Amino acid sequence: MDFELSASEEAFRQEVRDFLKENLPPPRERGPNFLSEWLTKVRAKRWVGFSWPKEVGGGGGSIIEQAILKEEMALAKAPPLGMSMMGLAWVGPGIIQYGTDEQKQRFIPDILDSKVTWCTGYSEPNHGSDLAAIQTKAELTADGKHYVVNGQKIWTSLAPWADWIILLTRTQFDVDVKHKGITCLLVDMKTPGVEVRPIENMAGDRHFAEVFFTNAKVPVENRLGKEGEGWMVTVSALANERSSIGEVTQLYDKLDTLRDLVKRSKKNGQPASNDQSTRRRIAEFEAKIAAMKYNGMRYLTKQLKGEPLSSETSVNKLHRASLEIDMDDFAVALSGAAGLELAGGAEAVDKGKWAKASLGWPNVVIGGGTPNIQRNIIAERILGLPKDGSD
Amino acid sequence: MNFGFTEEQELLRDQVRKFMQGACPLSTVRKIMATDDGGSRALWQQMAELGWLGLVVPEAYGGLGLKWVDLTVVLEETGRGLSPLPLVSHTLAAVALARCGTEAQKKAWLPALASGSTTATLALYDEPNWIHPDAVTLTAKNRRLVGSKPFVADAGVADLFVIACRTEAGLSLALVPRDATGVAVALQPIMDRTKRMGTVTLDVVLAPDQFMALADDDLAYLTDCGAVAVTAELVGAAEATLAMTTAYAKQRVQFGNLIGKYQGVKHRLAEMFVDIESFKSLLYYAAWTVDDAPHELPRAASLAKAYASDAAARIGIDGVQLHGAIGFTAEYDVQLYLKRTKWARPAYGDSDHHYERVAALGGL
Repeated sequence: MDFELSASEEAFRQEVRDFLKENLPPPRERGPNFLSEWLTKVRAKRWVGFSWPKEVGGGGGSIIEQAILKEEMALAKAPPLGMSMMGLAWVGPGIIQYGTDEQKQRFIPDILDSKVTWCTGYSEPNHGSDLAAIQTKAELTADGKHYVVNGQKIWTSLAPWADWIILLTRTQFDVDVKHKGITCLLVDMKTPGVEVRPIENMAGDRHFAEVFFTNAKVPVENRLGKEGEGWMVTVSALANERSSIGEVTQLYDKLDTLRDLVKRSKKNGQPASNDQSTRRRIAEFEAKIAAMKYNGMRYLTKQLKGEPLSSETSVNKLHRASLEIDMDDFAVALSGAAGLELAGGAEAVDKGKWAKASLGWPNVVIGGGTPNIQRNIIAERILGLPKDGSD
Repeated sequence: MNFGFTEEQELLRDQVRKFMQGACPLSTVRKIMATDDGGSRALWQQMAELGWLGLVVPEAYGGLGLKWVDLTVVLEETGRGLSPLPLVSHTLAAVALARCGTEAQKKAWLPALASGSTTATLALYDEPNWIHPDAVTLTAKNRRLVGSKPFVADAGVADLFVIACRTEAGLSLALVPRDATGVAVALQPIMDRTKRMGTVTLDVVLAPDQFMALADDDLAYLTDCGAVAVTAELVGAAEATLAMTTAYAKQRVQFGNLIGKYQGVKHRLAEMFVDIESFKSLLYYAAWTVDDAPHELPRAASLAKAYASDAAARIGIDGVQLHGAIGFTAEYDVQLYLKRTKWARPAYGDSDHHYERVAALGGL
């Protein structure tokens, strides 16, 4: 066991730090063009799509270098490396793996340059967690030039302002296994017959939406992968997520703000920092975050040795989910009724920041597969327990 | 960067696992549990010959001079097999001697511990649920040690007691041979018969070279080492519990289905996996800090033991519960693991103690 970096890895860390020193002024010194300039600069460094091959415009970074970059960015509280969140997370990797040369040329540069926002059309009204059961239909026209799409997606995050959607459709209904007959299409949101109806969430935001498809015509060259093999495209793209090191740094940062809140708060008329159960809760959060950190390092080591990661990443997803829910909830509960006040309230704690955040967790917790799905993955794929459900 | 084990460490793991399966399977563990003193000289001697009794003892004193990460590998496997042999307490006694002893004391005792010709144990606190220098109350005046030390690990088989006490010079460790006049040992009826504990009653006059100075940070260090060692055994024990329970869920049919198909069962097993993975990772980091980053040991050890104490105790309980009535029987092995996890919970600090320490180290 050692935690040493090689000379070139250390040099890379220093390069990132030097860059941040040069190009990341404190928030109040940032001008109106800061973000666009930042995006241009990190793009020029090839740190956007850093893990992607150089041929497509990525950075070709090693696994360790990716971890270093993520950690340093998170430590510096830097803005994201690119604004096309889903494009960078799985649409781009899916296109790199399964796309044609034309698709790569057409879509990848726009993702790297933060020019397009992608959303993800997986869940349907009756098929959220059970993704493979989708019913949105895509039929090839007689001339073979288009797919005609009919159906509905729901809980589609970012849809109200997305330019493109990666869409799971069913091209075949008489299949023996529901994972077959699924086809993945890349669809321009301006296509006639695509309609977005935002849904207000419990925090009062309109981040997600229903997306309706009525005879929407999608050129056949926008099919990603082969017809009927969309499930494989999706699964391998979702598996693209790598180490959780950036997340861990953010969680440590959040824990610091929670400690700070505890130090400023009173409970039962006494400083909350003297309260035993409060102290224990903070320490329990730290233990979970530290567990994520060292789990992540063990999994990173496995990857470096060339061993395949099975489904262990579900372990950290479960920790992340519980921390996302519990840390904000703890902050709200700490202040009693005052914790309930939203922005504008005279007693609002930190301008209602915690109250608002405590209503936002489903974005993370449900979005990437619910905790129960993660438990199924661990039980079935790691422990080898029998599948439940109909298959 | 490499947060994994070397080939040599994997070979060591393999060797210990084979030893436990071949020489000390659970049928043998049960035989040792039925003895009066809780030991097996023959198996202990075999372990000594394999070098495990002096694993972290420096080579200059007859040990193998390996690190705590290596020891962790060994203890995971002895824990998996519920070894009743006193490897943890013996190793901690050796670590105490190596850290606090004078050159003469180390030369006098460590080779005998490394070879197994002397079996030793370490006894620190006089209170069963208080980890603090003030919890050491046993006192020696003019080198005469009078009183008793409760809950001494492996008291039935130890030849040498390394005992924390107070002297005119402050906190000290006394080296008390079992056969000294005025030493009496009474085993306590502890629920886990693979981890026998006893009260050592003392009225002995010791020579000056039978005392070692024990600074507060030595006491904390030895406690942290104890927490790491206990957690290492817990990883193995918890993994064994999960493996037994998972195997049972794959063959037990109720309501026409394997019970492992029901989410009430499979999700609990998945959560056990999550917890074990997590306190295992915390443990590996803590074990690494012992030798390579000792200033980080207090926080790392507390994080690992805090998480493991409660999670493993729950795994012990649910391992039995998920087996149904068969798990409740004396004949079935899963209940032995439940007892082990209960034994380990207070050892070198429970979760309340360690989480409180984490909170304080974090600035609260």
